[in-house]
Amino acid sequence: MTSSAAADAAKEGFSIRQRRRSGQALEGAMHCVFLVCGLSAVASVAFICIHVAVSGWPIIAKYGLDFLLGQSWNPGNSQFGVLPMITASVAATAAAMVVALPSGVLAAVFLAKIAPDRVSAVLRTFVDLLSGIPSVVYGLLGAILIVPKIFKIQSAAGLPAGGSLLAAAIMLAIMILPTIISVSETALRAVPKQYEDASLALGATKLQCVFKTTIPAAKSGITAGMALGIGRAAGEAMAVMMVAGNAAIMPSLLKPARLLTASIPIEWAYSSGVHREALYGIGLVLFVFIMALNITVRRIMKKGAGQGE
Amino acid sequence: MSSEAIFSVKVKRKRPLETLGFGLIAAVALGVAALVVYFVIYILARGIPALNIRFLTTAENPILETIGIFPSIVNTLYIIFFSLLISVPIGVGGAVYLSEYATDRRVADAIEFAAEVLSGIPSILYGVFGYVFFCLALGMGVSLLSGSLTLSVMALPVIMRTTQEALRTVPKAYREGALGLGAGKWRIIRTILLPCSLKGVLTGMILATGRMVGESAALLLVAGGSAMYMPRGTVFNQMAASGSTLSVELYRYAYSRGDNSTAFGIAAVLIIISGALNLTVRFMAGRLGKA
Repeated sequence: MTSSAAADAAKEGFSIRQRRRSGQALEGAMHCVFLVCGLSAVASVAFICIHVAVSGWPIIAKYGLDFLLGQSWNPGNSQFGVLPMITASVAATAAAMVVALPSGVLAAVFLAKIAPDRVSAVLRTFVDLLSGIPSVVYGLLGAILIVPKIFKIQSAAGLPAGGSLLAAAIMLAIMILPTIISVSETALRAVPKQYEDASLALGATKLQCVFKTTIPAAKSGITAGMALGIGRAAGEAMAVMMVAGNAAIMPSLLKPARLLTASIPIEWAYSSGVHREALYGIGLVLFVFIMALNITVRRIMKKGAGQGE
Repeated sequence: MSSEAIFSVKVKRKRPLETLGFGLIAAVALGVAALVVYFVIYILARGIPALNIRFLTTAENPILETIGIFPSIVNTLYIIFFSLLISVPIGVGGAVYLSEYATDRRVADAIEFAAEVLSGIPSILYGVFGYVFFCLALGMGVSLLSGSLTLSVMALPVIMRTTQEALRTVPKAYREGALGLGAGKWRIIRTILLPCSLKGVLTGMILATGRMVGESAALLLVAGGSAMYMPRGTVFNQMAASGSTLSVELYRYAYSRGDNSTAFGIAAVLIIISGALNLTVRFMAGRLGKA
């Protein structure tokens, strides 16, 4: 709609109406285009739900609880029990969280409340770098730097040297640190200054203020960070696979362990038939877990936002 | 007198617990930084010796026993290009819808929740989904095309989020001014909002690129294959064939073949790319903040 075109149009009221009508049609069309773009995210989620569920269901229908609670995974003998892997995943994630949560929150306190702006900007760059390291690179680092260090403990305990649940847990702890740090930092920064001022004015020391006022006030954000960290840890496949040893046995800290996610890339290439269906089934189990976690995070976030108002 | 008294109280009360507590907090934060520095230096120190022109510009040659990663560099670029080609328009469009059109709270909530879910789904699940949907149901087979499509779904929430944030920073007065002059919504979006949020879109593209460069689990399933041969034929032939990206290749060298020096070479390339992308985003965020 250039100005000359507008002038031409102005000569005849008739064509203005026409133009307005075509303009409205364009507006309506663009509205639809943008709506479709937005809904494509919803459609993607729906497609993922449907395809993961449809492909994962047959094995569960065939094996029922033997799939979820069976203790032996032996595709050669058509035994598909994923309990050892679920246990290993839960154990590794929990162990990683025990280390990463306190250290992540403390680091976030330093970034948000203690360090001068310039220092925290530099540290934040490091945290971003940590989250930018690809998971295969973590796996490589873990296999070279962490696994051999555990050999000594294993030999002291009389166990064969190799990948272990402990190595996987350490790997995961490092990998989820950036998530926990950045989400917690945002939450800590959002705590109203008045809360801290009031706490200090009542005679709290700075340390008491941090632990008794700031961190409790940021609780919902920190919990969300924890849940996101759990999601990342539970879904990580490549890095843990490269350090965990991957024997599908009931987990023990110093023995090799097969995490749920790792089974898929390990056995994918040579699986077919029921075996492949079992891998799809693992995908479904993982998907249900992640969705439950997502919904929990959303609840927590909404509650947190409600409290802030 | 009284002020002196307060002063002396302050001096007397040294709080060892305070010092210890803050010392611990600082130590943890600096420990994280030290860990990053150690990792990066370790990777570069072991990886850079493996890098040379032949490593970067040729394919692996089993007869001459030389190693080269050029095919996987090309595969990585193809996948990034085609994924962004799909995810950028859709992601930007979705963000525009959320910030400019959405009047029904429920639709907006559904889209936002979907984006959150997409960003929380682990890459191995994207692999399973991409295999079942793109490779099998749509008959694209294990190929770079399937890989690009899968990664474009992964990139969607990243691009939507950064674009939405950028649109939020466009002053309301711009929109009102344009509306007052008689511009329609689409005209405002095309001439004002999109140009103003260009940096946000670019940031999203860079963040998404970073994620795709590091992606391995999903691509192992949907794009799979090896990168033994130099690229030949048209782009379309390449896209229809299977091939591995740098990260997948790193996994193959480290895990399947136990060739750690090559693996560290690729790791160094990945770290350099990741660091460069990170710095670019930071630089742009700085410029954006000033503007």
